[in-house]
Amino acid sequence: MATSVELSTEEGGTDGGPLLDVRNLHVEFRTREGVARAVNGVEYSVDAGETLAVLGESGSGKSVTAQAIMGILDSPPGFVTQGKIIFQGRDQLKLSTEERRKVRGARMAMIFQDALSSLNPVLNVGEQLGEMFTVHRGMSRKQARAKAIELMERVRIPAAKERIKSYPHQFSGGMRQRVMIAMAMALEPELIIADEPTTALDVTVQAQVMDLLADLQREYNMGLILITHDLGVVADVADKIAVMYAGRIVETSPVHDIYAKPAHPYTKGLLDSIPRLDQKGQELYAIKGLPPNLLHIPPGCAFNPRCPLARDVCRTDVPPLYRVSQERASACHFWKEVLGDDSAPADDA
Amino acid sequence: MTTAPRPTTPEPSDPKPAAREPILQVRKLVKHFPLTQGIVFKRQVGAVQAVDGVSFDLFPGETLGIVGESGCGKSTVAKLLMNLEEPTSGEIIYRGEDITKLSGRALKTVRRNIQMVFQDPYTSLNPRMTVGDIIGEPFDIHPDVAPKGERRKRVQDLLDVVGLNPEYINRYPHQFSGGQRQRIGIARGLALRPEIIVADEPVSALDVSVQAQVVNLMERLQDEFTLSYMFIAHDLSIVRHISDRVGVMYLGKIVEIGADEEIYSHPTHPYTQALLSAVPVPDPQAREYRERIILQGDVPSPADPPSGCRFRTRCWKAQERCVVEEPLLAVPEVFRGTAGPAEHDSACHFAEEKQVVPPEE
Repeated sequence: MATSVELSTEEGGTDGGPLLDVRNLHVEFRTREGVARAVNGVEYSVDAGETLAVLGESGSGKSVTAQAIMGILDSPPGFVTQGKIIFQGRDQLKLSTEERRKVRGARMAMIFQDALSSLNPVLNVGEQLGEMFTVHRGMSRKQARAKAIELMERVRIPAAKERIKSYPHQFSGGMRQRVMIAMAMALEPELIIADEPTTALDVTVQAQVMDLLADLQREYNMGLILITHDLGVVADVADKIAVMYAGRIVETSPVHDIYAKPAHPYTKGLLDSIPRLDQKGQELYAIKGLPPNLLHIPPGCAFNPRCPLARDVCRTDVPPLYRVSQERASACHFWKEVLGDDSAPADDA
Repeated sequence: MTTAPRPTTPEPSDPKPAAREPILQVRKLVKHFPLTQGIVFKRQVGAVQAVDGVSFDLFPGETLGIVGESGCGKSTVAKLLMNLEEPTSGEIIYRGEDITKLSGRALKTVRRNIQMVFQDPYTSLNPRMTVGDIIGEPFDIHPDVAPKGERRKRVQDLLDVVGLNPEYINRYPHQFSGGQRQRIGIARGLALRPEIIVADEPVSALDVSVQAQVVNLMERLQDEFTLSYMFIAHDLSIVRHISDRVGVMYLGKIVEIGADEEIYSHPTHPYTQALLSAVPVPDPQAREYRERIILQGDVPSPADPPSGCRFRTRCWKAQERCVVEEPLLAVPEVFRGTAGPAEHDSACHFAEEKQVVPPEE
């Protein structure tokens, strides 16, 4: 996010700048086949109490960015090669491993997509939740147990006292995801990163879980980064959106504007290509081609081979993030055209 | 449930109003998986009632969408239709014959006409076979469809039809992306020129930008080859897009079925209403005026379903009657003879129309 960068000094205190400020982040994976450039200069920021949705397809770099922020990138093969991750005024990349470990879990926490494989199958949930308090807060096991029950009640797991001795496989998908949320919430972090938290869930359960997450966020005034590929979920909960493609942010915008008037052809293509529950269309618009191979990202704009507006300049010059308005930016040479031609046919009506 | 196909009000979306003779009739289909205990002396201690009395018709050239959450039995229905599972009871009538009773040569002939497209294009293609072998394999089993010398040409034609380069015939599945693999799966399904294609979550494993390509392809092929689709998915938006009629399943039963407009714009069953209201709509404007029904709790275990109405444990309308009396799938009394879009089969004692999807602009 190119916005608001000027407002805060780099090492600005916790009160001045945003809660989290990611600047020019580059991550690459050194594999046997070559170097995969997974993240190429991502910038975004999140304030306390704000929800940023990071939208992208598989391979767009949205999860890798999150892993870099959390400091849980598999390294090797993954390496952060450039950039800053400023969280509460401190660049996380300059901290020691021990210092980062103290931040992780206590100040920022993560919720993963697949709760079954993220929870330890041989420990009951009470032990796993309690661990947060014995390790980070030095509580006794008895105190930790009481805290664990409290947490489970807070995420609305019925009969928490009895269920604390249950193992992850004894919970349903939705309940497991609640346990994951409870674990992330345990130490009342300022920032939560949720990576596809509801993708594996059924719609009715998805609604319950998103509802819970939104309630907790409001209650504790947390910053929330919601990583997803679902434009519907984003519309329901996000304040602002960052759309990623081939490791770059191609568009950032407050949630309202982007759906009405996308400023990047990729965003526009995505919006046009999803069937709507409330509209029975004829043929769906389909973005041609496939997302690029990260080993061989096309020169110029990475989206150019799939873009209906692509011209010579797109094949040679990487578009910077152009400022579209106070709060919006688009990495398209022809963003004015995208905004303009949108008023004519396509999506609604 | 026993209701015969009701003479529905003429539907504008129906591609062939004249040909209203169903191609496939499913009647009271039941599949219970036994739960056993003991190792040497197995005794049955119960049964998972995966499918419990499902009836519907499939008409030529139409798409019937089946929606429901995981565990509702929609994939088991697909397997039963393919004769991959033997039903506990019930009938599947294809061209006047109950295919659940067929075996040997007769079954083989029927199978040629009903083909399947699977959800996961990564596991449903044999990694050791070339694309040509995968798509051509059906011809080995049904050699009468294509003579030996013609097969390669046929496979290349099929690749062309699904939008892949015919020169890829000697490549292996791993050389393709997810969307391309799903096209290969579709080409294999088309090889024998079937009349019915059962597609179980065909696009849910694909990226959003690729889903539209595959959905469009399926629609084009339907027109080209006059296929009937049974389209099973949990994504209600995609089902609406592709389907002429939609059935909603919950815990092994169809709770509501009707034309797409009837289900999406005039749902009368509370489960359908809750399901529709829970779907996130990609429109932040809708956040304000949409009423969301958030169901409490989880789907009960199909091994021990609630008495009476199976949805009653999560239903906000549930009353004493729902506990003791099972609602049948029929036009609810209040809507009988109204000739409106609310007049369609719905298995609820207290059926009531409720608009949960914002009307089309």
